[in-house]
Amino acid sequence: MTVINARFKLNYDDFRLDVDLTLPSTGVSVLFGHSGSGKTTLLRCIAGLEQAPLGYLEINEHVWQDSKRQIFLPTYKRPLGYVFQEANLFSHLTVLDNLHFGLKRIKNNLGLIKLNQTIELLGIGHLLARMPNNLSGGERQRIAIARALALNPEILLMDEPLASLDLKRKQEILPYLSRLHQQLDIPVIYVTHSQQEVAQLADTLVILEDGHILAMGPLAETQSRLDLPLAQDREAATVWQVKIIEHESDYHLTRVEFEGGSLSLAAIEAEIGAVLRVQIYARDVSIVLIKPSATSILNVLPAVITELIEGRDSQTVVQLKVGQQLLLAHITRKSLLLLGLKIGMLVFVQIKGTSILN
Amino acid sequence: MLSSADLDTLLLTFKVAGIATTIMLLIGTPLAWWLSRTNSSLKGLINAIVALPLVLPPTVLGFYLLVLMGPTGIIGQFTHWLGIEALPFTFYGLVVGSVLYSMPFVVQPLQSAFAMVGKQSLEAAATLRASPLDSFFSVVMPLAKPGFITAAILGFTHTVGEFGVVLMIGGNIPNKTRVVSVQIYNHVEALEYTDAHWLAGCLLLFSFTVLLVLYTQFKSPPMAQQFK
Repeated sequence: MTVINARFKLNYDDFRLDVDLTLPSTGVSVLFGHSGSGKTTLLRCIAGLEQAPLGYLEINEHVWQDSKRQIFLPTYKRPLGYVFQEANLFSHLTVLDNLHFGLKRIKNNLGLIKLNQTIELLGIGHLLARMPNNLSGGERQRIAIARALALNPEILLMDEPLASLDLKRKQEILPYLSRLHQQLDIPVIYVTHSQQEVAQLADTLVILEDGHILAMGPLAETQSRLDLPLAQDREAATVWQVKIIEHESDYHLTRVEFEGGSLSLAAIEAEIGAVLRVQIYARDVSIVLIKPSATSILNVLPAVITELIEGRDSQTVVQLKVGQQLLLAHITRKSLLLLGLKIGMLVFVQIKGTSILN
Repeated sequence: MLSSADLDTLLLTFKVAGIATTIMLLIGTPLAWWLSRTNSSLKGLINAIVALPLVLPPTVLGFYLLVLMGPTGIIGQFTHWLGIEALPFTFYGLVVGSVLYSMPFVVQPLQSAFAMVGKQSLEAAATLRASPLDSFFSVVMPLAKPGFITAAILGFTHTVGEFGVVLMIGGNIPNKTRVVSVQIYNHVEALEYTDAHWLAGCLLLFSFTVLLVLYTQFKSPPMAQQFK
């Protein structure tokens, strides 16, 4: 199951990296942290673009680096795909030749089929004859992603692929990334400092700080850990995976189910059975002791308090379990005392708002 | 009109310049590549040696070459050991002198072109399975094309125009080492101004045509980078 085992120790004048990482063989693992946290350096070490003097890296049971045994596979021999922050296309080649660049250098014949699928998936078929300099930033980045995927890599590494784009271009690419997320069968390691991208793409979340790993684990679990700064953040949220079970067209609502319950959401244009990500901000969750008989809020669910922690100012962060899902609520300290909330109490949560992520 | 002797000197000049430019590109490319990438402490020293002909009077360079390549010089003894005639006053002596004299005009534009290719393109190539050598031919060379054009043209035209080094090591032997710049000097010395005009005019036309083609064919002239 485990696909990536990575241990790196690296010392620069003003920065040190010391990580021990284990990631699953499927889905998107996001390396999340502020600039200077070492997330890009870590990704570059995995790609071999940076050589940590002390390091061990094993992917799919192949050792790419083992400093003890003097093993270091150079980047060009590693079966990976890499997407840079700047698209980094070759300006002397057309889009098609850029896409063929890596393909020509690998031996298997699956490449062309893979390339055609990728071109379609990323919607770049109409750009093939163009030169990279005449494309928008968003188009360039889509081509860079296709160029990396065309190699049919064993793992895809992405270094803040959206960071150099403006908001509009980001919105243009995110849907493609979500589609990739659903269709790719290889692991992806994705570096970002954006919580939105985490919510939208991450299956596994790795939080980095000052060159070491602060936390790693499944997204919802890591997001709702109260000992991490993420839960205290104004934008703190949990992401749930849900499935559409019913459209209530009279009310323009859609009913979705999660492990242990169901929610009503504003109408979603998708088939019954479709799987979605729903983000629930901690500030949109309130707690009541008795199920209200009359409320305008549609989603009132039974929950158990699993943890609480006093945050900054007057705020208290409460972690709850709804069915099998974890949920965060930001409430005031005063409410905490008035309601007498304690770990293990059975309560009801009112969810004021949700946002659909894909 | 050009006399047949003048025509011979023109041909000889272009031959020297052509061979010298080829050699300079072959040596200069790896040298410039190394200089543009290395952090070695030798970098400064090598740069200084390559650039020396830019500031050195050609006669000084010619003088040392004459001494070194002569029968008692180190290079002279080496060529003797190889069973080759001493290089001074031969065609190949001229080529060697030209290569050393014009080398900075080839290395420097290449070096700045390579520096502009940047690490990112090489990293992208590496993630696309291209080995370092492969990347050099498939990415660096095409991206540095303006640098190669500039280097070839500067190297060639500079060799065509050389005078001091030729005079010191090549002398003035018809069909062997007598190049255009020397021939013009001969004509002027002999007060044959008409012949001098013809040859000088040919060179002027040649140089101007080369530059005209360059500046009209390229949107941003390759040489502009070099002289910026």
